[in-house]
Amino acid sequence: MNRETLVNALLILGLLAAPFAADAMGEPFYVTLATRIAILALAATGLNIALGLGGLVSFGHAAFFGIGGYAAGILATHAFNAEPLLFGLPGTNQMVSIWLAAVAAAGMAALLIGLISLRTSGVYFIMITLAFAQMIYYFAISWPAYGGEDGLSIYVRNAFPGTNTMRPMSFFLIAAGLLLAGLAFFALLRNSRFGAALQAGRQNEIRLAAVGIAPFRIRLVAFVLSAMMTGVAGALFADLNRFVSPSMLSWHMSGELIVLIILGGVGRLAGPLAGAIVYVLFEFALGGVTEHWQLFLGLVLLCVVLFARGGVVGLLAGRARHG
Amino acid sequence: MAEPVLEIRNLEKSFGALKATDDVSLDLRSGEIHALIGPNGAGKSTLVQQIAGSLKPDSGTILFQGRDVSGLDMAARARLGMGRTFQISSLAGEFSALRNVMLAVQASAGSSFRFFRPVMRDASLIEPAREALSRVGLSDRASVPAAELSHGERRQLEIAIALAQGARAFLLDEPMAGMGPEGSQALTRFLDTLRAQAPVLLIEHDMDAVFALADRISVLVYGRIVATGTVEEIRNDPAVREAYLGEGA
Amino acid sequence: MSLPLFIEQILNGLQFGVMLFLMAAGLTLIFGVMGLINLAHGSLFMVGAFACAAVAAATGSFWLGLAASLAAAAMAGAVIEILVIRRLYERDHLDQVLATFALILIFSEGTRWVFGSFPLYLDIPPLLTGAASLPGGGQYPVYRLAVIAVGIAVALGLYVLIGRTRLGMRIRAGESDREMIGALGVDIGTLYTLVFALGAALAGLAGAMVGALQSVQVGMGEPVLILAFVVIVIGGIGSIKGALLGSILVGLTETLGRFLLPHLFALILPASEAAGMGAALASMLIYILMALILAFRPRGLFAAST
Repeated sequence: MNRETLVNALLILGLLAAPFAADAMGEPFYVTLATRIAILALAATGLNIALGLGGLVSFGHAAFFGIGGYAAGILATHAFNAEPLLFGLPGTNQMVSIWLAAVAAAGMAALLIGLISLRTSGVYFIMITLAFAQMIYYFAISWPAYGGEDGLSIYVRNAFPGTNTMRPMSFFLIAAGLLLAGLAFFALLRNSRFGAALQAGRQNEIRLAAVGIAPFRIRLVAFVLSAMMTGVAGALFADLNRFVSPSMLSWHMSGELIVLIILGGVGRLAGPLAGAIVYVLFEFALGGVTEHWQLFLGLVLLCVVLFARGGVVGLLAGRARHG
Repeated sequence: MAEPVLEIRNLEKSFGALKATDDVSLDLRSGEIHALIGPNGAGKSTLVQQIAGSLKPDSGTILFQGRDVSGLDMAARARLGMGRTFQISSLAGEFSALRNVMLAVQASAGSSFRFFRPVMRDASLIEPAREALSRVGLSDRASVPAAELSHGERRQLEIAIALAQGARAFLLDEPMAGMGPEGSQALTRFLDTLRAQAPVLLIEHDMDAVFALADRISVLVYGRIVATGTVEEIRNDPAVREAYLGEGA
Repeated sequence: MSLPLFIEQILNGLQFGVMLFLMAAGLTLIFGVMGLINLAHGSLFMVGAFACAAVAAATGSFWLGLAASLAAAAMAGAVIEILVIRRLYERDHLDQVLATFALILIFSEGTRWVFGSFPLYLDIPPLLTGAASLPGGGQYPVYRLAVIAVGIAVALGLYVLIGRTRLGMRIRAGESDREMIGALGVDIGTLYTLVFALGAALAGLAGAMVGALQSVQVGMGEPVLILAFVVIVIGGIGSIKGALLGSILVGLTETLGRFLLPHLFALILPASEAAGMGAALASMLIYILMALILAFRPRGLFAAST
């Protein structure tokens, strides 16, 4: 077992063990904190497909996070009020159906945004993904049907067969299960033919085209897959807070998702998880001391970018290796 | 005579007032090495880029295996069998030499939209890639990241990639550049065997290599082809002597 | 819909566009010369607004506040250029995005720490209160006309600066050939700090002028920053001319869209739905405009040659 595998295993075990300990000690708040970590890590793992493997610096992934959140909020609201949604279809309070809806909606949005923004590269791509996410943000604010600026409450957390999702531990296990599935998907993807083409495109676009693989289609599929995973995380996040608002779509959210990856390690399997652990604990520890914790977050982030590239996983496991 | 593998007709490309490619026509026939020479700034690289599809000509046609490929992009032309090497090596630097070649096998053997099977356990990718590396003599460097290879090894790797693509024609842009005398001789011997697999359009400055290898030579001066012929014909062509030696015709 | 109302909306669009131009000009100049994407440009806008409001409140003079806003934003720009930004020129865009995102967090929380969470208010200077008559019988605030005038003056000033002066010559050289001007003995470090401070001062000026039209608060620069991004993407990154035309285009589209779309929807929908639908679509309009332009010209309307 090489060092990165060991670091990954320890991070995952740590995430799984901590809530059990907290639950045993009767501290459900820490379970919720771990749930938050798992969900943010899943969202950032989605982004890691586009950004880490493909080198696509999407500054608009909050759009997919928020779309997933609104999918959960809207479906749950329609189910709660027993109003049909579209074409007589009802809403639902079943998480599995909601996840599928979140995947479909985020994927569709990513397809449309990707078709336009992937024609460009570099700074243009960054700004255009940011702008499209902002478009959806303003739409959510000014569209009154689902709460507009005030957001939308989910009165009862959505249901998962065979368990009571209102129990913090149950909901944590659901989120952690999805995170593990997401990490497994990322690991498989990275080592597959598709992953090889995607990573080659990040290293040298001309080389990829010169062997006969068109970068655009590879990137578009990666962008859509990436958005789908972030969308599922958004649906979970809405269920965690039992609330969804335009702030999930805001550009700060997009920035945060990138920050998680940088703190943890770009393109590394457990990078987003390590980043989410550091970020949430930092917020929790410092947020208790000063309301201006974001100032210190900014300083830490600045130091990481300027002096400690490679993030937590890079620090613990050394440089990334490709077979 | 069989139809040429690659045929370029009346290609034109201007950058502002500068005519970089001026009514160029040339062909590449199966089994031959066709060298394209010319002084610096003659427009050789511009021409290669248009043939490979990374630069769009203003007008003219490019036929590859009898098919008009003018409207296709670089990736599509590569899939049809244009194997290109670059004047300045262009590789996936973090990937090992082997994975660089495997990428080419993957591209030629089928779909890149396979999401789960690990490539490093896929013998159908690894075997042909190792085969190509061994043909260019890079077997013992297979696991070294491309960015850490020497200049000469990177050149060899590019040719291995073109081989693994199953190229129907090779477009080699100054493969000898910066190689040193011994490396050049070894590469010359290797290129000599390459034409049995597919014809080679060889853009080259090294005249020893060109005269040793070429079946035919075309001379490009200021974007125009001033002469095409056998080595003997080109040696004695007054227009060529003028372009290279400045002799009054 | 009367003619004066329509003229008023067009002037509003122009005023908004001019304000965007002050932001976009700095962004596009910094990108064109140094190849840097600066998310913290919105923070410099905010710094200008706070400096103006604080100094105007202390001295009672808007004009001293305006001078302070220029000085504060230019200083803040020069300081972050020297401390942080110059380490980023050789880095990839991801590092630039993150480091400047970190600067936003620092600026926003720092400002909140110093000034608190409540907004400040800035009064329009007495000289520019009141309204001017429009042709057709309407009235229009003098202050907004003055903002338009300042924007036009800055555009002309930049045109002269870049096209006709020694500094401008060096800036243009910096865009096309960095090594060359270094070899010619121009101190690139100082040139970059100057360009960055100039861009910052323009953002600060915009912030101060807008501060008198709306409240001065933390985060006020961010929506403007994103619209300025849209502007330079539409105009072509690195092009001042593109920034000017893009700003006017975005300013007019945004303002007229908000004004006209609800009226248009009212023709086909009941009034209550028309307002919501019109507002929602209007908020998306400039992004749709951007998507359309990019679909045909992926590098914007006036892309720089590189």
